[in-house]
Amino acid sequence: MSNKEPLFSAKNRRLLTTPLSKENPITIQVLGICSALAVTVKLEPAFVMAISVMAVLAFGNVIISLLRKTIAPRIRIIVQLVVIAALVILVDQVLKAFVYDVSKQLSVFVGLIITNCIIMGRFEAFAMSNKAWPSFLDGIGNAAGYGIILIVVAFFRELFGSGTIWGFKVIPEVFYEIGYKDNGLMILPPMALIVVGIIIWVQRSRDKELIEEN
Amino acid sequence: MKALRDAIDKIKPQFEKGGKLSYLQSTFDAFETFLFVPNKTTKIGSHIRDHIDMKRTMSVVVIAIIPALLFGMWNVGYQYNLSHGEAASLWDNFLFGFIKVFPIIVVSYGVGLGIEFIFAQFRGHEVNEGFLVSGMLIPLIVPPDTPLWMVALATAFAVVIGKEVFGGTGMNILNPALTARAFLFFAYPSDMSGDKVWIAEKADAYSGATPLGNLLTNQPFDTLPSASDMFWGFIPGSVGETSTFLILVGALILMITGIGSWRIMLSVFLGGFGLAALFNLIGPYVAPDNAYMALPAYYHLIMGGFAFGAVFMATDPVSASQTNKGKWIYGILIGVMAVLIRVLNPAYPEGMMLAILFMNVFAPLIDHYVVEGNIKKRMKRAKLATA
Repeated sequence: MSNKEPLFSAKNRRLLTTPLSKENPITIQVLGICSALAVTVKLEPAFVMAISVMAVLAFGNVIISLLRKTIAPRIRIIVQLVVIAALVILVDQVLKAFVYDVSKQLSVFVGLIITNCIIMGRFEAFAMSNKAWPSFLDGIGNAAGYGIILIVVAFFRELFGSGTIWGFKVIPEVFYEIGYKDNGLMILPPMALIVVGIIIWVQRSRDKELIEEN
Repeated sequence: MKALRDAIDKIKPQFEKGGKLSYLQSTFDAFETFLFVPNKTTKIGSHIRDHIDMKRTMSVVVIAIIPALLFGMWNVGYQYNLSHGEAASLWDNFLFGFIKVFPIIVVSYGVGLGIEFIFAQFRGHEVNEGFLVSGMLIPLIVPPDTPLWMVALATAFAVVIGKEVFGGTGMNILNPALTARAFLFFAYPSDMSGDKVWIAEKADAYSGATPLGNLLTNQPFDTLPSASDMFWGFIPGSVGETSTFLILVGALILMITGIGSWRIMLSVFLGGFGLAALFNLIGPYVAPDNAYMALPAYYHLIMGGFAFGAVFMATDPVSASQTNKGKWIYGILIGVMAVLIRVLNPAYPEGMMLAILFMNVFAPLIDHYVVEGNIKKRMKRAKLATA
């Protein structure tokens, strides 16, 4: 076996890039929607959430990939859950230690990363049948695809809902004086769904191949 | 008329396929069919075409709205002068209201029709005229002082998210005008509720609370306007919703022409009245400290947006139930839900908007089960006949 692949071969690069658009976990596979609704009121928690999911997914993929030959198929879900749970607890502790405020804002949603369908989905679909390095890249790629949607949604919700970006006031005071008001609907969860819907709409009308047949 | 027809026929070839303005085909088509009933004939098979098409249907609805609109304009001026303690002539009142309300109508039509035309052009279908009605309804269900940019934003939201994403007129799940109102209600609550917004440029010392606002804050019933004031419409409120009488005039027009479903209108009133009456009966036993329950049942029908919603919103043929039995269920549940929200939910003074939107979502489900039930019944009969 001397056909050793370079670390960033075309195939591996694709693992990183396709989840950003063509196989995006949120807009194409429609996974992980709950957290996309819950943590995107402000940009900062959305960003932290994206990083957390990335850590859990990337390392979880590597661990599952390394263990994949030893896991008995009948108990694989349990094993996967143990791995996710352990990683999520680690992430949660780290967040509490270093970014306590954000951790408070994210509240239960850090714990709920365990139930994020993207993670189990990637374990099952990819890590169980691939080597560690591609699994790592797949984890990074998918979490980035998830994170980019989270950040885009949070950007618009924070900008129009609170008039701020990353906590800084960006809409000038003059606007408020002539009658502009922040949009309260943007703060409410339904608007996150609508913003995700608009992203899905834009994406599919730019790339017609993605339109599902029904 | 003849000259107009000739003029249209003369410029028509330019808009047809191959003509130099063919990219504006759907825009041209929209104006042509608006002015004249299209002379299309059915080509395949035989089915009956009514002489009245969607543009004519919508025009009738707009006519039915006009009485409530004109009264609404007058009432805006009347409430303004009342709050300032000034007597004004009928004409002055109307003029003041006209200046307040007309820009809202212009913005609502401008933004809504603009988006409709753009979508029709891009998708290459004809411009549908559902918005002729929605554009007239939106100004009637907002407070007279609503900033115009909010109206524009809400209209855009309703047309794009409420209608076009589902495929345009006839495909929407929710009533577009109410979608616009719901958008405003949740996005800018301080401009859409409370007791400051219902009278245009209200004098500070004057209480501008609507009857529903009074009830929500548990004020005694004698602070309410008299029932006749509420019926005729001399109360603060959204522009077109105050006069139950003129709304009923509109309802009559819709019923006589057969355009609005009398089943839905009647069942909404029945549902609301029924639950309110039930509250009257059981109120003293189950919730003695909720005075709202003791409010005479017929008050619910003449306060707030109940009548307006029942006549012009719930009957929207696209978002309502289609089957006759379904219409009864749909209507009764709207009435019930509206009173339920008013009386039992302290967060929302008015429940009509939410009730109709809620039942819009369920209308297809109701229809589904009505149709299923009918099929089952007939299958049973068929089996009995053959057995």
